[in-house]
Amino acid sequence: MREMATSFRDRAGHALRDGFLQEALTIATTKFKELRREAFEDFPEGEALRDRAREIKEATLQRLDHHLERLVESVERVGGHAHYATTSEEARRIILDIARRTGARMAVKSKSMATEEIHLNEALAEAGVTPVETDLGEYIIQLAHERPSHIIAPAIHKTKGQVAELFARELRRQVAADPEALTRIARDELREKFLRADLGITGANFAVAETGTVVLVTNEGNGRMVTSLPRVHVAVMGLEKVVPSLTDLMVFLAILAKSATGQKLSVYTTLIQGPRRAGELEGPEEFHLVLLDNGRIGQLAGPLRESLYCLRCGACLNVCPVYRQIGGHAYGHTYPGPIGILLTAMQHGIGSVKDLAHASSLCGACADACPVRIDIPKMLIELRREIDERRIAPWPERLVFALFARVVGSHVLYRLAVPIARLLQRPLVRRGTIRRLPLGFGAWTRTRDLPPVASRTFRERWRELERE
Amino acid sequence: MSPPLRAALMVTCLGDMFYPEVGVKIVRLLRRLGVAVEFPSGQTCCGLPLFNSGYHREAAAIARRTVALFRDSEHVVVPSGSCAWMVKHEYPGLVGEPGARREAEALARRTHELSQFLVNVLGRTRFRSETPGRITYHDSCHLLRGLHEASAPRTLLGHLEGAEFVELPGSDECCGFGGSFAVRLPEVSTAVLDKKLANAEASGAGCLVACDAGCLMQIRGGLARRGSRLRALHLAEILGGDV
Repeated sequence: MREMATSFRDRAGHALRDGFLQEALTIATTKFKELRREAFEDFPEGEALRDRAREIKEATLQRLDHHLERLVESVERVGGHAHYATTSEEARRIILDIARRTGARMAVKSKSMATEEIHLNEALAEAGVTPVETDLGEYIIQLAHERPSHIIAPAIHKTKGQVAELFARELRRQVAADPEALTRIARDELREKFLRADLGITGANFAVAETGTVVLVTNEGNGRMVTSLPRVHVAVMGLEKVVPSLTDLMVFLAILAKSATGQKLSVYTTLIQGPRRAGELEGPEEFHLVLLDNGRIGQLAGPLRESLYCLRCGACLNVCPVYRQIGGHAYGHTYPGPIGILLTAMQHGIGSVKDLAHASSLCGACADACPVRIDIPKMLIELRREIDERRIAPWPERLVFALFARVVGSHVLYRLAVPIARLLQRPLVRRGTIRRLPLGFGAWTRTRDLPPVASRTFRERWRELERE
Repeated sequence: MSPPLRAALMVTCLGDMFYPEVGVKIVRLLRRLGVAVEFPSGQTCCGLPLFNSGYHREAAAIARRTVALFRDSEHVVVPSGSCAWMVKHEYPGLVGEPGARREAEALARRTHELSQFLVNVLGRTRFRSETPGRITYHDSCHLLRGLHEASAPRTLLGHLEGAEFVELPGSDECCGFGGSFAVRLPEVSTAVLDKKLANAEASGAGCLVACDAGCLMQIRGGLARRGSRLRALHLAEILGGDV
């Protein structure tokens, strides 16, 4: 984890003041959100399939060891190699060993959050292997030396104007701020890389235990190039993404793209079973599947278990009022948005989310949009509980809540608090409203009026109301 | 004649201290509909602020005392979807031992958010509007996604005599309140609110109705600071005499 110099609140504030970011975010998240809604409106069986997908996830986790063993057997049966990585570091070492052994100098990559999670690109570059991102969004942010700000749309924070400027600066190619023209340039630049690369690195949306099939859900066709042209293919996957059978896979494919982009299916659904076989014309000579733990197994019986259902579709980001305002970078970790807070806690521990756990109004839009109905707000509250109980929360906050609990825990104290509040607010009320609170209490009133405690509370009016 | 329905008002802490007129309107409204209204005087807060911030031991103590206070109520009416959600959704799991849990479950079944009580329990849907003109509705998150209630408030507002109901664009989006969220991250909270207010102003309505005191505190606070002419009212403030 990189140390962050700024607080979450500062980073969020910075994002709110970034006009380009605000424009890009509003357009893209609104589009995704609407497309998702329309996709499910036209798909009456969608709700039952979401329930079914959730059941499959739960059943798979119940026997995760069994399904992983079967997956490894199946991958080896079709001539591939499976590796188990407990930590990010171990995953990087496994991949670097493969690169070294096969003499790789350049790796082309299709979009993968798992490789972002293990900070693979930096490790590859240090080892003398040039990583080249080939998903358009990933390509853009690699040129910009940034990190993805959305699970499926990594460059969602950039406007097309900013991309044109970036291409002019980094590639020395002048081009209009037109998505089609920009894509053509990226395609040009990438074509030669595909042909030169020795190593193809992908993530995996699913891996099927019964057949050893690794499944990639993509839209640009780069995934196919990455998995067919280089000599060696390495897929990196969080180990919770195993699905028992091809039948189960179909359930997930029916809801994944709809949730992510509103498409019925993505443009490409690539099913890869091991390396090239005798008589086949394309495909790699070697195939490796790296199964990444990195905190996942620890949550199998933990409070964040349900977040292991996640399909990484990004739907919860698009509907989250906080994400929609601040984008992904402000969260400060690999996975942004509501689900990202849970995944960050899973990977880096509770201390890493002491502020992020509160980066939600608990509006529940995430749980509603989630294809497998992960109860994200419930787990955020659970994280907050742990933060309070382990006294990670700052003491002034704990004091305020302890006082509040005392006051509302006794109607005598509660009644006593009313005249005290009236006394305290007296100098602050102007024409029936409070526009400014002094000292450190201005968080509400800087942008909003605050109602004063009523001159007669409901309780104080009840006696005469009772007689009416 | 059957004896009148009895309902206890759970006025909530925000309702008691900041919006007592809402409670008064509810009492008069329910009485006009033939309901005998009670007010258990020991009530304070439902404990939601404690629960949502993770102070569950403290919230559980509040839940136990609230369950005891409303033990004899036939129905409990709550003017905020979030507090109703707390009672209905979280109390049973919070209170602890099985006996208390059974009592909490019974209270959960007897507890209704105001619009749900009017429409689903009393079956009353037609009222005169206290405010003429175009009105719109903001779905509070806990009522909509917590209690899955989108229709009862719309039934009431859609039938209002003397008012024209229009849908609010993005009505299901959060207003940015979120309890302590509004003061922990005031800049984000306000940015979310700004979207809500822009949508409300674009709807052409003169009045926005909500069923949650938390949302109203946030929305009214923002409208007042902007000097907006739009009004934000609690459902109880717009329901006049029944038709």
